[in-house]
Amino acid sequence: MGLLDKWKNIKETEVEPGIDHTMYLTLKEERRISRENSRIIKQFEREKNRKNVPEEEYLTQMRDPNNVVEFDNLHTYFFTDVGTVKSVNGVTFDIPQGKVVGVVGESGCGKSVTSLSLMQLVQAPQGQIVAGSIRYQSRDGKCYEITKMPKDRMLKVRGKEIAMIFQEPMTSLNPVFKIGEQMDEVVLLHEEGATPKAARERSLEMLNLVGIADPQKVYNNYPHELSGGMRQRVMIAMALSCTPRLIIADEPTTALDVTIQAQILELLRDVKNKINGSIMLITHDLGVIAEMADYVVVMYAGRIIEKGTVREIFHNPKHPYTIGLMRSKPSGKTKDNRLYSIKGQVPNPINMPNHCYFYNRCDRAIGICAEEYPEMIQFTDTHSAACHLCRNGGFMDTNSTKEQR
Amino acid sequence: MENAYVNNNYNDDILIVRNLKKYYPLSKISIGKKRSYVKAVDDVSFSIKRGTTMGLVGESGCGKTTVGRTILRLHDVTDGQVIFDGMDLAKIPPRKLRKLRPQMQMIFQDPYSSLSPRLPIGEIIGEAVKEHNIVPKSEYRSYILKVMHDCGLQPHYYYRYPHEFSGGQRQRISIARAVALKPKFIICDEPLSALDVSIQAQIINLMKDLQEQYGYTYLFISHDLSVVEYLSDTIGVMYLGSMVEMGEKKQIFDNPMHPYTKALLSAVPVSDPDVKMNRIILKGDIPSPVNPPSGCKFRTRCPYATKVCAEVAPKLKEYESGHKVACHLYSQD
Repeated sequence: MGLLDKWKNIKETEVEPGIDHTMYLTLKEERRISRENSRIIKQFEREKNRKNVPEEEYLTQMRDPNNVVEFDNLHTYFFTDVGTVKSVNGVTFDIPQGKVVGVVGESGCGKSVTSLSLMQLVQAPQGQIVAGSIRYQSRDGKCYEITKMPKDRMLKVRGKEIAMIFQEPMTSLNPVFKIGEQMDEVVLLHEEGATPKAARERSLEMLNLVGIADPQKVYNNYPHELSGGMRQRVMIAMALSCTPRLIIADEPTTALDVTIQAQILELLRDVKNKINGSIMLITHDLGVIAEMADYVVVMYAGRIIEKGTVREIFHNPKHPYTIGLMRSKPSGKTKDNRLYSIKGQVPNPINMPNHCYFYNRCDRAIGICAEEYPEMIQFTDTHSAACHLCRNGGFMDTNSTKEQR
Repeated sequence: MENAYVNNNYNDDILIVRNLKKYYPLSKISIGKKRSYVKAVDDVSFSIKRGTTMGLVGESGCGKTTVGRTILRLHDVTDGQVIFDGMDLAKIPPRKLRKLRPQMQMIFQDPYSSLSPRLPIGEIIGEAVKEHNIVPKSEYRSYILKVMHDCGLQPHYYYRYPHEFSGGQRQRISIARAVALKPKFIICDEPLSALDVSIQAQIINLMKDLQEQYGYTYLFISHDLSVVEYLSDTIGVMYLGSMVEMGEKKQIFDNPMHPYTKALLSAVPVSDPDVKMNRIILKGDIPSPVNPPSGCKFRTRCPYATKVCAEVAPKLKEYESGHKVACHLYSQD
């Protein structure tokens, strides 16, 4: 019996119905999708590659002048050969001046793509910002529309006014250049009239600021000579060297040990106060969020499902996913023998359902959850969640686990 | 002396590790100069009772993974004893070791690189079952399907390949592969660190259920203290190749004695914005294991280090029943 026969045999007899239909595309369909994609991508790229775009086109007004960045209904899609992945699907939130905004979610929920959209670093040509706007208030008071900003203008913002700290400090430092050269480069590029000597002084000052004991030595080291914690410090120093208004920290401590993580978080909090900047902190660790953030945004499958201040989210979570996340983290206080776990997994990003994305994993889902995607419901000025269960004034009994299905 | 490796004075401890050492030589050629070693594991002793879980915590590079791998003889032992079920694994001849292999299994950290991309799931789980004749040939397939069912895998995954699965599902496959051999003892080397929080909880529950059902003994290696606290009965804390503190879960978490354990526990972020931790922030990084500090290895980062710490290495001493600490802060006599 060939493998295929066996497979057929097993399929007929043992498959439980209604679970996991993996999509298989024929070559013809794949080719059609591919053609369609290249047509769409060409349009976006043509728009992006225009020369001499007048400044008026990307100047705009902020909704609230206290914000540094406003995401407004942002959609970032990836046009792949198997279909369109809606990585970020209508995300709206603000980053106020001098605050830390934490973005939580599972891997693949679009939290990194949101930050990359802000930096105009989405993997082109297949990744494109399709709709929505990202407004950025620059230091001189002007407001820019990042999605329409031409590439050459963006160079002056990226790294200077918005800096980014990546998850893997080893892969984001260039292994063939000394730390000093890489740090000087940032200053030489962005500060007008900076001399190599001034750049060097600035770099040493920054290395000192992030608590490196011997800046002179580290300045002349190669990245592989440093430990993980030190590399992350160098990354932070590099990000700070042009005193940015906003630091995007994309899982800055995930690759580090707990004791080093505590050091780095302390450092981040410290430098934020020193330069009076804002931080967009992306992580999947709720503990880190609770410690660092002022505002929290919870994302699931490309959408925001809940946002609010850190106290609102941690003391009074509304969305079943947020509640599940909190409960599934083990701790010494966990009394039950079994840990609460959210069943199942994130739906396939291609062919997202048009009902609530969390429906098949939610243990409180009701009839309407399978019909339409819930809208954001406001509880307070800052706290809102997208869940049908919260509709009547939002007084959902958070302790009951009714199985209403 | 046929049974030189058989040691009969064991009781309900499934695994006893005595003075385990694993050194890696730094250079192969050593003419005229002293050979230097990386002391990855330096004099570690502990024992695990049947059906319980021991957690092994420590920072990266502290030798916890090497301990796990040396126990299974994936690396040869430099010195010391590993007594598994009354047999000294360090001395056992390779042919006999092979027969013992099904009884001790390992779950690896990265579910993306520990599964062969060229084998379907059924093969991955069943390969070793066939090799060791765990079940008669006629029952083979139903046995694999039963194991898959136990681990929460659908039967129609049997002919699928690893790339079709997400991280959590792959880790289930790894667990199924280990469990299929009916082991007594499973080493879990950071099985959760590559997974999302919501998936982690699923895998933790699965591991607990399997333990309850089949009475496995786990050695759970992790750097995530909250998970270790939830899963383990006893805990060992390692630093730079040596055990600095070990004891019951309650003893370690309620009354940590070693300054390193205290710092480690206080560094864990708490998911409550109103709790302000009295945090002990350790200075600096873990020193290189090639050139460990003299005396107490932790003294370079220890806030309480005194002169004696630089001179004498502290012994691991029992202070409460089962609670051992190696630190000069407590009387060493």
